[in-house]
Amino acid sequence: MTRPMRNEPAITPELIASHGLKPDEYERILKLIGRTPTFTELGIFSAMWNEHCSYKSSRIHLRGLPTKAPWVIQGPGENAGVIDIGDGLAVVFKMESHNHPSYIEPYQGATTGVGGILRDVFTMGARPIACLNALSFGAPEHLKTRHLVSGVVAGVGGYGNSFGVPTVGGQVRFHTRYDGNNLVNAMAVGLAESDKIFYAAASGVNMPIVYLGSKTGRDGIHGATMASAEFDDASDEKRPTVQVGDPFAEKLLLEACLEIMGAGCVIAIQDMGAAGLTCSAVEMGAKGDLGVDLDLDSVPTRETGMSAYEMMLSESQERMLMVLKPEKEKQAEAIFKKWGLDFAVVGYTTPTKRFVVKHGGDVMADLPIKELGDEAPLYDRPHVASEPLPIIHARDVNAPMPVTDALVKLIATSELCSKRWVWEQYDHVIGGNTVQRPGGDAAVVRVQDGPKALALTVDVTPRYCEADPVEGGKQAVAEAWRNITAVGGKPLAITDNLNFGNPERPEIMGQLVGCLNGIAQACVALDFPIVSGNVSLYNETNGRGILPTPSIGGVGLLDDFQKSATLAFKAGGEAILLIGDTHGWLGQSVYLRDICGREEGAPPPVDLVAEKRNGDVVRGMIKSGTATAVHDISDGGLLVALAEMAMASGIGAVLDAAPEATLSHAWWFGEDQARYIVTVPVEHLLTVMSKLRAVGVPCVEIGKTGGDTLVIEGEAPVAIAKLKDGFESWLPNYMAGKA
Amino acid sequence: MKAAILVFPGINRERDMARTLKLISGHEPKMVWHAETELPEGTDLVVIPGGFSYGDYLRCGAIAARSPVMGAVRAFAAKGGLVLGVCNGFQILCESGLLPGILMRNARLQFVCRDVHLRVERSDTPFTRGYNAGQVIRVPVAHGEGNYAADAETLTRLEGDGRVLYRYCSANGDVGDLHNFNGAAASIAGIVNEKGNVLGMMPHPENHVEDVMGCTDGRGLFAGLVAHLEKAA
Repeated sequence: MTRPMRNEPAITPELIASHGLKPDEYERILKLIGRTPTFTELGIFSAMWNEHCSYKSSRIHLRGLPTKAPWVIQGPGENAGVIDIGDGLAVVFKMESHNHPSYIEPYQGATTGVGGILRDVFTMGARPIACLNALSFGAPEHLKTRHLVSGVVAGVGGYGNSFGVPTVGGQVRFHTRYDGNNLVNAMAVGLAESDKIFYAAASGVNMPIVYLGSKTGRDGIHGATMASAEFDDASDEKRPTVQVGDPFAEKLLLEACLEIMGAGCVIAIQDMGAAGLTCSAVEMGAKGDLGVDLDLDSVPTRETGMSAYEMMLSESQERMLMVLKPEKEKQAEAIFKKWGLDFAVVGYTTPTKRFVVKHGGDVMADLPIKELGDEAPLYDRPHVASEPLPIIHARDVNAPMPVTDALVKLIATSELCSKRWVWEQYDHVIGGNTVQRPGGDAAVVRVQDGPKALALTVDVTPRYCEADPVEGGKQAVAEAWRNITAVGGKPLAITDNLNFGNPERPEIMGQLVGCLNGIAQACVALDFPIVSGNVSLYNETNGRGILPTPSIGGVGLLDDFQKSATLAFKAGGEAILLIGDTHGWLGQSVYLRDICGREEGAPPPVDLVAEKRNGDVVRGMIKSGTATAVHDISDGGLLVALAEMAMASGIGAVLDAAPEATLSHAWWFGEDQARYIVTVPVEHLLTVMSKLRAVGVPCVEIGKTGGDTLVIEGEAPVAIAKLKDGFESWLPNYMAGKA
Repeated sequence: MKAAILVFPGINRERDMARTLKLISGHEPKMVWHAETELPEGTDLVVIPGGFSYGDYLRCGAIAARSPVMGAVRAFAAKGGLVLGVCNGFQILCESGLLPGILMRNARLQFVCRDVHLRVERSDTPFTRGYNAGQVIRVPVAHGEGNYAADAETLTRLEGDGRVLYRYCSANGDVGDLHNFNGAAASIAGIVNEKGNVLGMMPHPENHVEDVMGCTDGRGLFAGLVAHLEKAA
């Protein structure tokens, strides 16, 4: 095998470079196998060793993340994380990015992002019960933004709606730093019986390896390699490396997989995601300490004349690899035929720990299987911490307009406006379990027939992460934790989707290291472990990186869905309480950026002890029924949060003026952390206040609900209808070309 | 009630429908695979649920309408059996010729999932007896192609025969362009065939039957069917 194989090109330095392999990485290959690789082998190495699959730049730093808790059944390393929610049930979830493909071909890029993450979840034996997503687009005025929003949203909906899973929540943001590199992070959540979780590790020698699902085509070849490179102006030409999604095939695959799992046919299962057949087969063998022999002549193909290289690197969607119990093979085949899906034995497990690929009678690859994964390059890349930014004092920020005018303006910005235009394109009610729909702090989805329910959220504040990666990392986790708390859920675990620029630049690597440090601190302090995740690097175009965006997907549990809290005011005449300390932190606030035109300063610090203390108390108030409406305070600060509560209900509020010690604009728009707004009936006010003070939770009454306007003492009142009009119309107007 | 729910590849609201039928009638419906050529014995209600049968490829409902099981459904309907098609089910009924007209892409060319109001046009049918005529109910829609269209003559006949049972409207029952979110002809949300035993509708009453879903206005449709079938039995 030292000579090139039939019809395969010779290995040249140019060919090696075009596979994204650095010269020292190629040296590593030579040392590992002791000869020149074949073309197919080179392709396999490039697939296994690219950033997307090997985590070679991030692995060393991911090791420090807290991943354990008594309720964690499976942490990172499998297709998805698994947590125990009692009653013999487990929640299986993960978030993953599909950034680069979604920029090149927004509809298909987004569909396959959703398809991939759904497959990760049902591969483990779980029926998907909810999807969420975090989308970051370029500035609204950028020429491509409308096209990307329209395509990505249609794609996310197109896949999830057809597959039949409710898309219940997410984030949509716009910022010029995503102009050439939008982000599509998709999260899927599934439900399984906790003793029926399926894993990738093969077991037993000479077991048939079965290929299931759609046929293999030439789409997506080197998709994972593309996802590990920066973009430049020629990136639009990479369209052929984008996969095409077929939600219909995925729905059939779901039903067929769950049926054969239920019939006890499956020993091991791995979906074909990034790097398709290569990655899935290597994973099954390596995790089971076994070798794998693949015979590509048996692989169902959609096109004729596909080479071994193409088949090994195709990222055609909706495919699975399984090891079946030999005695159940016929039964499994019948189930797959019933669903009209391809079923083929494409190989066997071997005791050799070698990965052998045969095609047309030739051995096209023969590699050590464990080393393909374990010996992937591991880099401790140089990293520098971001320079701390100055703290901006409220007294140094001029208020260019009255408070209520600023509110009217803020509520109709791309950052804070209603994202209804987006989530109305997602079926969020299928399943009949959506207790809280999109638009609240967290979605609430009933578990089977109840009474338990899951609280689900995705959050991150990239401008904080850019300004101070450590505080930004802490804030992302704290905010997810707060969202779940605000609906009454007990936060259980998270999945993280780390989107950053080029890790070969020390300042970008510094952002990654800093954010991970902050994330880890918050996970420990809030008892909120990470059970799955994904890293997406090289999110840069022409040398300019995105804002560091570590999206955090959180899952929490409610004992009784009927006790979930919502943000809408419930009645007039109730007391409005502000829980948590307000100093009026304007640095990196939306107010400072969108009203004052200053994107500056240190972000609000996150006091994790205060987060936990305040949040636990709020959750207790929801559980005991004293809190009638609850909302966490985040982007835009106190007044924006109050406006959201008013718009959700149509009930207004009469609010006291800012306390003398705090400047008015800082009081209303500062983004201090660890805060909530809670309403309580006036008759409970004194009891509640004294209870909160007794446990050291800062709390002030700031006004009463009622009327159909927001009235602030000493300011012009603003009608809820007017706020709502701006809030609801920005996005549809923008998409119609009117904004 | 002995309901049979048809399951085509790609259908995805069969579980929602089964749960609702069980909840309201107390009886577990039978799931019937598309390749079957007969309905379960004693079936008194056939339900074609929502979803994306055959991925909505070709045209929504076009492939499903030609499935083996649809022969049995035609025979069942011809004998006066009750057939309810929701969303993709409505599309399949139109494609199979059991109902007139066609569902086109929504006027704004986007998938829409939201709660809408429906005016119940009459209450003297098996599919509406759980409501009062003129009553306004709130139910969710979730479709990309629900824009009902038919030729002028068909529309005139539908109206003249009182075969439009559900119409998109405002919370007060006003019908007009403002409340006709998908552009359907005459704001049509649901129609019956000439004999009045086959209903097709785009909205999902099965998703508004418990408090947890935010509304229970969909119950009336199923409760009415149960009452009708009990009386007939």
